[in-house]
Amino acid sequence: MSDIVLETRDLTKHYGGVHALEGVNFILRKGEHVAIMGDNGAGKSTFVRQITGVEQRTRGEILFYGRPVNFAGPLEAREAGIETVFQTLALADHLDVADNLFLGREKLRLRLGPFSILDYKGMREATLKALQKTGVKIPNIHNTIERMSGGQRQCVAIARTATFHSRLTIMDEPTAALGVQETAQVENIIRNLKEQGEPLILISHNMRQVFDLVDRIVVFRRGRICANLRKEETDGQEVVAYITGAKTQPEYADAA
Amino acid sequence: MTDRTAASVPSHPMPRAQTRQGLSPGAHLRRPEAGALLGLLAVILFFLIFGGTGFLQPAGVASWLNVAANLGIVAIPVGLLMIAGELDISIGAMIPAGSMTVAIIAGHWDQSIWLGIAAALALGVVVGWINGTLVNVTRVPSLIVTLGTLFAMQGVVLGLSVLFTGTVSVALPPEEAGPMAKFLFGQFIGGTFQVIIVWWIALTVLYVFYVHFSPLGNWIFAMGGDRESARNAGIPTQRLTLILYILSATSAAFVGLCQAILFNSAQVSAGMSYIFNAIIAVVVGGVLLTGGFGSVIGIVFGTLTFAIVNQGIYFTSFDRNWSSLIIGVMLLVAVLMNNTFRRMALSYSPRKK
Repeated sequence: MSDIVLETRDLTKHYGGVHALEGVNFILRKGEHVAIMGDNGAGKSTFVRQITGVEQRTRGEILFYGRPVNFAGPLEAREAGIETVFQTLALADHLDVADNLFLGREKLRLRLGPFSILDYKGMREATLKALQKTGVKIPNIHNTIERMSGGQRQCVAIARTATFHSRLTIMDEPTAALGVQETAQVENIIRNLKEQGEPLILISHNMRQVFDLVDRIVVFRRGRICANLRKEETDGQEVVAYITGAKTQPEYADAA
Repeated sequence: MTDRTAASVPSHPMPRAQTRQGLSPGAHLRRPEAGALLGLLAVILFFLIFGGTGFLQPAGVASWLNVAANLGIVAIPVGLLMIAGELDISIGAMIPAGSMTVAIIAGHWDQSIWLGIAAALALGVVVGWINGTLVNVTRVPSLIVTLGTLFAMQGVVLGLSVLFTGTVSVALPPEEAGPMAKFLFGQFIGGTFQVIIVWWIALTVLYVFYVHFSPLGNWIFAMGGDRESARNAGIPTQRLTLILYILSATSAAFVGLCQAILFNSAQVSAGMSYIFNAIIAVVVGGVLLTGGFGSVIGIVFGTLTFAIVNQGIYFTSFDRNWSSLIIGVMLLVAVLMNNTFRRMALSYSPRKK
């Protein structure tokens, strides 16, 4: 078996006349952490939404561990092992931590079709375990999300990805709204994932963070990939040049 | 940052401490029904002082329990929609639609009562499906969508009734309904208690189970908090919306058909008052208008509170024309109180050992 975790071939998404994503060929290998960078509207989040089944792609193929996949919705993607931390976090404000971690795939004490009963205790215990595993500190898991700081919310969203044995983690700007200390905490979680050999796609605007955390940088511009750079072979200035359109790698000439 | 009792410190006996804290008084005050229960007690006290114990005698209890049961069966699904961030006012047309359907089919056309009941419920499913689909597809605010279907259904009910029967009021004699349907949907237990009270209690138990003990409830709360996030988390938001609308329209049709069988007749115009009464019951019951917060028991308390105010006035020496004033003031007080309780809940921090 090859070591490719995720591959997209000619992945394309049109919203009416807007070509948000155009012929994207992307490869992620085992244990690899890849950053996706690009200006606003470059297609980064659109790319993630196609992979996670939030939207249905216009054209193209997605292969997950070598198998072509067609997720009808985000839940199917999660069941297949793709965990996503969305820009909007996808947390329910009025539910507590445990309910949020298991939202959409609740633990059941009694599985009987429409008469299923929730296993609140089991969910709470699993939540504590997950928080330990990720090193996330939440004062009280009975708190509803709306009573938490931005950083704590982010940590809950990230802990959710760790609760389930994920085969691919995607984070869409996980630290965009966070303070210094909270950002450091999230970055530590990402390093943890790296040590455990779990593959990750990180969308970020933060150049320092990207160079700190990932192995490879893929730059999007106007819905196309315009550069694929190994971290050691590039620097911040060059990445900026690719993002703004001053440079384009020869193999992606059609993105110019 | 404030104190962070590290959930990650292994030696800390966290799980036990966490579960015990759910029993403290502070945790109970932050329950959505806390305000509703206090409101209910306040209203009972008010009428005890001004009206004596008359409304707590069997005949008095029947008067408000009957009102509460009819309203409550509609109020719970309407409340669930509100928790999910939606609204359904088309129930005002669905109640007469349900009673006219059963009365026309069984009373006017002499068909089987069961066919009439099935048709009334099916009509509820169809209108609910239309409501839910329109809301899902167009994303027009549900107030507008259901305002449209409210008027459309009013027109349909009036038009078809006149077309089929030539009148706006159709009789459904007991011998047409038959003893079985009369027993199940339209009898007075003990001479004064409508059988719909039993339905209300049974349905409430079902709702409590689904909303607070099965995954569906969490999904509804998640939807009301943030629909987009719920969708990203994998909740089938569109299917859930559809189910909730079907539930509210069908519940309204059910109340309508029960009334037709109980009173042996159906009118085109009945039911509009249910729109506002249901919303009042739900809001007094502690459901947040913006969604995401509330409870079934709270809605039951709200419904009871409304019904007692609505009927309690007859047991006092007040002119009954004043009852709307009391209801209006009560609504405002309830909303303000709920806000206070919510703030208390938000700033409440469980004491650590």
